[in-house]
Amino acid sequence: MHSGIVISQADGRPMYLQIIEQIRQRIAVGDWPPGKELPSIRELAVMLRVSVITVKRAYLELERDGIILTQQGKGSIVAPDPGLGAKLYDQELSRHIGRVAELGELLGLTPRELASRVREAADRMTKEYS
Amino acid sequence: MNGLSVHFEGVSKIYPHFTLDNLALELPTGTIMGLIGANGAGKSTTIRILMGLVHQDQGRVRVLGREMPREQAPAKLDIGYVSEDMRLYGSATLAWHMKFIRSIYPQWNQPYAETLLRRFDLKPQQRIKGLSHGQRVKAALLLALARRPRLLVLDEPTTGLDPVARQEVLAELMAVLADEDRTILFSSHNTLDVEQISDQITFIDRGRIIASDNKEMFLDRWRRLRLALLPGAVLPRLPGVVEVGGSGRLPILVTDRFDPAMVAVCNDAGATVQAVDPMTLEEIFVANVHSRREKQTV
Repeated sequence: MHSGIVISQADGRPMYLQIIEQIRQRIAVGDWPPGKELPSIRELAVMLRVSVITVKRAYLELERDGIILTQQGKGSIVAPDPGLGAKLYDQELSRHIGRVAELGELLGLTPRELASRVREAADRMTKEYS
Repeated sequence: MNGLSVHFEGVSKIYPHFTLDNLALELPTGTIMGLIGANGAGKSTTIRILMGLVHQDQGRVRVLGREMPREQAPAKLDIGYVSEDMRLYGSATLAWHMKFIRSIYPQWNQPYAETLLRRFDLKPQQRIKGLSHGQRVKAALLLALARRPRLLVLDEPTTGLDPVARQEVLAELMAVLADEDRTILFSSHNTLDVEQISDQITFIDRGRIIASDNKEMFLDRWRRLRLALLPGAVLPRLPGVVEVGGSGRLPILVTDRFDPAMVAVCNDAGATVQAVDPMTLEEIFVANVHSRREKQTV
């Protein structure tokens, strides 16, 4: 089995974060539907050639975030929540909006100015796709 | 089986110009440990004591539940050992070596040996003296792996390998770990290899273990903080600082006890945190060695 997950040594982020991010993406876009069985920690470690402890850490954090469920001795599955994909995108959006707010403050923009910038971006998006 | 595959307690060995000092080491079954050290730090001596090739002056060594060096003969049936100074017979072929090892070790797994021949791209009819360095390393590794040992001990397995051979070797080591009863200890000064596949990491310098922990702990606790001091502000005292560099107003700190709360502490003290950089294992190792050596000379 091929996991399709890649670990980049050139990526400055820790390996467990790279694994978390790619699993989140797979779930968000629906490639890994709710209820799907994940490879076991050891299997994924062997496939990616990274240590067991790194994969274990990624799974623990995904579990803490409610994205996967791990049952002792049975392995892990994608949380059986049909809205999970949308939820992940929503979390992603919240993160980015948080960042936007930070940058806005740095530049001294008022909330109103910030909102109009976001509206402009959304309008451009709509035009491109119409 | 759970438990420890390797257990060192208070192990010392004194040579005229080198002392291995009071080593304590625990390697849980089913994990990979990377032993990192500069040349001459004591990696190979540690491995030789583990193998019963060198007898410790003091301390207790247990490997797979056997006392070393006393019970080394039965222990070695379950240990695969590959080191640079292990010579194969130059005029004999790889096939001859495979037959020889098979005659000694009943657990030899011929189908796996043949799979490894293909994966490592080795030809059994070839004489050892005609092999390149990388092929020789892979041949020695094949002879150890095909016995399916419960413990693999590898002294610098990736040194001198080209990138393709290195990845083949690392992949094969990880494949061993698919079986959770098997354990690997390897030494390297290539920290990238160790960072990639190790669960446990042990730093050794000047005959002492200076740190031994699980890898995620290492990578989590070490951070480089780049700060900018506001006029009149002084650097706050932070826990675990091992190095202070940078310039007066723009100090750079390295800590081995990072906690996200530190950022607020710094900012409140007028030392704006510009960046919190994670560090590679190599940077951690070097910073660790430097700070220990400085303490020793003080």
